[in-house]
Amino acid sequence: MDRRESLKALLVGTVAGATMAGTATGCKEGDTNKAAEIISDAKGLYGRVPEEIERDKRIMASEFLNEHELETIADLCDIILPATSSAGGANDAGVPEFIEFIVKDIPSHQLPLRGGLAWLDGESNLRFNKEYKSCSREEQTAIIEDIAYPDPDGKKPEMSHGRTFFGLIRGLVLTGYYTTRIGFDDLGYKGNFANVWDGVPPEVLAEHDVDYEEEWLAKCVDQSKREVIAEWDDEMNLIT
Amino acid sequence: MQIKESSKEYDAIVVGSGAGGGMACNVLANNGLKVALVEAGPFFDPADPVTMTQMKWPWDSPRRGAGSTRDFGEWDMSWGDWEIDGEPYTTTKDTEFKWWRSRMLGGRTNHWGRISLRFGPTDFQHKSVDGLGENWPITYDEVKPYYDKLDKMVGVFGSKEGRYNDPDGYFLPPPKPRLHELYYIKGARKLGLPVIPSRLSMLTKRINNERGVCFYCGQCSRSCRVYADFSAGSVLVFPAQKNGQVDLYNNAHVRKVSTDAEGKATGVSYINKEDRKEYTLKGKVVVLAASACGSARILLNSKSEQHPNGLGNSGDVVGKYLHDSTGSSRAGFIPALMDRKMYNEDGVGGMHVYTPWWGDGSKLPFKRGYHIEVWGGMGMPGYGFAWNPSDFNKHIGGVVGGYGDKLRDDVKRFFGSVIGFGGRGECIARADNYCELDPTVVDQWGIPVLRFNYTFSDQERQQAKHMQQTFENLIEAMDGVVLGDTPTAEQDYGLNKPGEIIHEVGTTRMGNDPNTSVTDKWQALHDAKNVYVTDGGPFVSQADKNCTWTIMALSMRASEHIVSEFKKMNI
Repeated sequence: MDRRESLKALLVGTVAGATMAGTATGCKEGDTNKAAEIISDAKGLYGRVPEEIERDKRIMASEFLNEHELETIADLCDIILPATSSAGGANDAGVPEFIEFIVKDIPSHQLPLRGGLAWLDGESNLRFNKEYKSCSREEQTAIIEDIAYPDPDGKKPEMSHGRTFFGLIRGLVLTGYYTTRIGFDDLGYKGNFANVWDGVPPEVLAEHDVDYEEEWLAKCVDQSKREVIAEWDDEMNLIT
Repeated sequence: MQIKESSKEYDAIVVGSGAGGGMACNVLANNGLKVALVEAGPFFDPADPVTMTQMKWPWDSPRRGAGSTRDFGEWDMSWGDWEIDGEPYTTTKDTEFKWWRSRMLGGRTNHWGRISLRFGPTDFQHKSVDGLGENWPITYDEVKPYYDKLDKMVGVFGSKEGRYNDPDGYFLPPPKPRLHELYYIKGARKLGLPVIPSRLSMLTKRINNERGVCFYCGQCSRSCRVYADFSAGSVLVFPAQKNGQVDLYNNAHVRKVSTDAEGKATGVSYINKEDRKEYTLKGKVVVLAASACGSARILLNSKSEQHPNGLGNSGDVVGKYLHDSTGSSRAGFIPALMDRKMYNEDGVGGMHVYTPWWGDGSKLPFKRGYHIEVWGGMGMPGYGFAWNPSDFNKHIGGVVGGYGDKLRDDVKRFFGSVIGFGGRGECIARADNYCELDPTVVDQWGIPVLRFNYTFSDQERQQAKHMQQTFENLIEAMDGVVLGDTPTAEQDYGLNKPGEIIHEVGTTRMGNDPNTSVTDKWQALHDAKNVYVTDGGPFVSQADKNCTWTIMALSMRASEHIVSEFKKMNI
């Protein structure tokens, strides 16, 4: 089933479901127009209950990161995940906007992020007498090189606060990136659509040197009969 | 405050619309009884696109699935989690308990794992085997006909295995294992552990024309829009509403069961959360299914001249013998699962294989068992994904840390290379693990709240230690790298906090002796025969199984008993 077909199947499923539920919600049976209307109304919704909608409105109307901080984050995005020949970069994927929201949603990120960005400016002032975002890419990279890797032998203990900050910003950038369509495409993620699971593809089984045993397969669902209503004999054997 | 009375008298008032209440409502209404279904939360229909989260992409939300308002993540279909604003609970000094509540039609069945295991013959009579706990007043053979009916009515996939204490059922066929599950089968067999297809209440095959068939999105925790998973609202309550026998009261928080001069129940009183006023409903029978602790709380708050210690509490047993499944977890990195070819392996919303308990308590430092749940695979990224993508490089001699294109390679290399295990075992029910009314704290409706007291014994600790050893052996058998340090004795071997497995049962346990039990074997109170409890409260012991399938089978059994009592004019 390709993605377009599966969407169609899903929509049919949704309408059928909404119609069925109509007995509870008060819609009349067969009132599929109503269901379709609700679905189109729901576009852009993400399943929030009223208290959550209120909270999100409140968060979106508030501000935490200032313009300088957001510009610095955008700069960091270009270093942490730049665009490649085949995939957009973190800025293309709207990562600064994600970070702007998520630190308001998860306030425990606020102090470490703000303090970390200030540490970064402090470090670049010390080294280059200018704030981080005004540095050249070479200058920026010189600092990032010192904080992007663990330091198990304790060679640069004075960089430990920077390393903590970089762990946070790298985490935010990557998670923000790989939860977008651009990130999914880069990863090659194939899930989240209606399908009929019928086992691991044969070439993957071969690659991993595993296989389905006959005995086990005999227990498993015959997908060609999934729509046939189940019946059993008295010995608990499925007969349809 | 004036209490608003309704003149209408119902045959039955069912409190709570989850597994136990949904089933009671369904059976009673389908047998012609007039039912009031009273639910503390709002209406919910998994097919409503406004509240639906199934099939959303992470970028549909600005928080990408983070758990800021829902502890299991924002797509989880539970309105309410460990904490509910204005409805606290407390614990006694130095003890811990966590209580998950879902305030919505269908309750916690909208997000649960659908693991649907029958208790076995030993589970009902385990004291006779090892001397611990108490035997149930009923046997597997008495419950079996209800499990049989339940399987066909609600649908559960699984396989006939002929294991004595893991009885087979009328199963739908299970899905084929995923890749990491094939690795698990191989690893477990090296250790001599059994592995069988899992048993989950999801429709891999049609069972009627009202519900859809699974389309393998792997998101049952979000509740299914085509009703292909078991959620109490869509599967039990909506069908029960069709013949007009059910009046549904939403946002109605029950305070107490009302009783008459003879001590029999006359109905319930509840707070309407919309206007904050108190109302009463009259009923010939009251069925409590507000969750094991929720129902205990209602009973303890139902004090009267006839029931000065709380309703059903003449033996001082309500709230006692509270027990949750034990849990301890571990994960491993499996290098052979690096650099995976991408394909859709969402499957059903849970594991396709599992390991039932294989051990013999007479030869171990703990008596009761556990089963092993397995997770892994190429699940949909959400908030937190790829946070520290290069950490596993330390296990394969690669570069940890860094920035730039290298990180893209790290993310792809390790995607789907982790396998995890959850042990879920039996905790021995003890009188000194209990919930009671807090003497000073009320909720925002003015109702006294629960105070919990719960500790583990060495039975649970030794079991968790065994789980951890098993998990480490499994990971090694799969040529993997065990992640994290082995939990120590001081850490209770990684035991989850009491309540965290969300299988709490036992607070109104059944028995033949009113001095040591709250309900009789039909789940009616010894002290008021027209009050039944059909949630996990009447459980005498938890078994190494998940409780929901047994809650439903027993609720069906109790509800049929109510119907027969009506027919005999005993009510």
